[in-house]
Amino acid sequence: MGLRNFFDRIEPQFVKGGKYEKYFPIYEMVESFLYTPKTVTTVAPHARSYIDMKRIMTYVVIATIPCILMGMYNVGLQTNVAIAEFGASGWRAAIIDMFGIGFNPANPLANILHGALYFLPIYIVTLVAGGIFEVIFATVRGHEVNEGFLVTSMLYALIMPASTPLWQVALGIIFGVVIGKEVFGGTGKNFLNPALTGRAFLYFAYPAQMSGDTIWTPVDGFSGATALSVGATDGYAALPERGIEWSDAFFGLIQGSIGETSTLACLIGLSFLLITKIANWRLIVGCLGGMIAFSTVLNLIGSDTNPMFNMPWYWHLVIGGYAFGLAFMVTEPVSASHTNTGRYIYGALIGFMVVMIRVINPAFPEGMMLAILFGNVFAPLIDYFVVQANIKRRAKRNV
Amino acid sequence: MAQTKREMLIDPMVDNNPITLQVLGICSALAVTSSLQVALVMGIAVTLVTGFSSMFISMLRNQIPGSIRIIVQMVIIASLVIMVDQFLKAYAFDISKTLSVFVGLIITNCIVMGRAEAFAMKNPPIDSFIDGVGNGLGYTILLLVVGFFRELFGAGSLFGVTILETVNNGGWYVPNGMLLLPPSAFFVIGLIIWGVRAWKPEQVEEREYKIQSVEAH
Repeated sequence: MGLRNFFDRIEPQFVKGGKYEKYFPIYEMVESFLYTPKTVTTVAPHARSYIDMKRIMTYVVIATIPCILMGMYNVGLQTNVAIAEFGASGWRAAIIDMFGIGFNPANPLANILHGALYFLPIYIVTLVAGGIFEVIFATVRGHEVNEGFLVTSMLYALIMPASTPLWQVALGIIFGVVIGKEVFGGTGKNFLNPALTGRAFLYFAYPAQMSGDTIWTPVDGFSGATALSVGATDGYAALPERGIEWSDAFFGLIQGSIGETSTLACLIGLSFLLITKIANWRLIVGCLGGMIAFSTVLNLIGSDTNPMFNMPWYWHLVIGGYAFGLAFMVTEPVSASHTNTGRYIYGALIGFMVVMIRVINPAFPEGMMLAILFGNVFAPLIDYFVVQANIKRRAKRNV
Repeated sequence: MAQTKREMLIDPMVDNNPITLQVLGICSALAVTSSLQVALVMGIAVTLVTGFSSMFISMLRNQIPGSIRIIVQMVIIASLVIMVDQFLKAYAFDISKTLSVFVGLIITNCIVMGRAEAFAMKNPPIDSFIDGVGNGLGYTILLLVVGFFRELFGAGSLFGVTILETVNNGGWYVPNGMLLLPPSAFFVIGLIIWGVRAWKPEQVEEREYKIQSVEAH
């Protein structure tokens, strides 16, 4: 345990009165990242639990692993298929040539390697750029660097299109960390999801790199519409003709942001979160209920001019970012409602809004990001009314 | 009022800026700051209207009955705004079209009404004029700062002159489309207010709610 001794030896320098007192947050970050925090609850009511913030955040990162693997595989697959047609170029091709693996889309290893060469730069840039700002704020304000940033950065990297320029990735996460979280006081006080705040910033600032048909597969000249934009123009019935079967969308072999395509991977992550009770099942019930109910209503109404009206709920579930948002964003405990009744309402509001934006708003093909941010903004209000209703009910009981 | 005339003019520019401290006049600051030229014209228009309306209201302050003072103030402000509007239409039609309804909306700008109510009704005409011009200039300065960031990073130009060659014109700069949308001014103004209050901590307001510390129990 040489490392433990090292920490014990240097700790006095960082605690109050020590030489580097100011840099305690950085010390604390490195130490608690490697070891269990030493602080335990000391005051009443002595609430004890095996779970703490660090463990919650670590579990969420673990839950994203299926999405990461599936995302890398799919990005590599789409890229390799496109390369067969348009040819390879750039430093990634040089690395792949160096290992001699090639661009064969039938070889899963080649796909994963190629996908990793897109995912890892985005993820590393996210960690470095966001991490620098996180540490600056922690040092200036004297709070701890929170493990929440690991979750934020992972989710953020997974909702980027693979072709996003890296400087935009950096700009987006900085915006997300500063405006989405730190200006409100850091983890636990943010009412917006920081990863989505960064994504929304990029979506409005650089729409050419964040939406359209050419960005999802990072090969020059390639153009492939997402399932949602096919659905918006030709209706969901046209999807199988374009080579997108329901099972493709479910397993994640379609165009989309890196981690969001595979519904199966998202559901595996979600069940892990539900079993460990990190995610609250009421949010899931609400969000699924809202989405299924409203899309069914729209199916019944029908429309001759807007083919999205006819898209059934099981297609809404598997295409776009719905499954990813459901698993990792709707369930985020900080920005969701905090009361049990409120959680149903919050989830249902998001489920309703996502279908609303996808089907009825002509400007945005995808609605999950905006729907969740919309829900985030309403969560405190929902909680307020739930609490007020409870107060009124209990006041009546004691007339 | 122990303020000197100089203080009346300088004070509203930073220490008592109508936008960053009092958070007034936000709606027009969002709408007209996507280019510097428009922001400058709007700033001059508001400065003139605030200065002269304060002066005229101050001249009449002893004749205006308290119960209908808002109506009288509105009449004076509205007349001035209509003059500015007609002037712009005659001599700067393009800018007038860009500013569109926001020239007319100077009437409802909280800064103009605020200075009339808070200062001109109690002070002599010259002082009121200086105070009005000072507040108008405070508004103009902020508009120009916001416009600077929005035009430079949103369109790559300043006063219509290209500074950062954009990708569409064969340059290297990828313009930030969000800065051309009005809501982005919220972020810019918010960051400016943050910066100003970090620089001058006495502008920070008292918190309405304090988060209680658990240790205290």
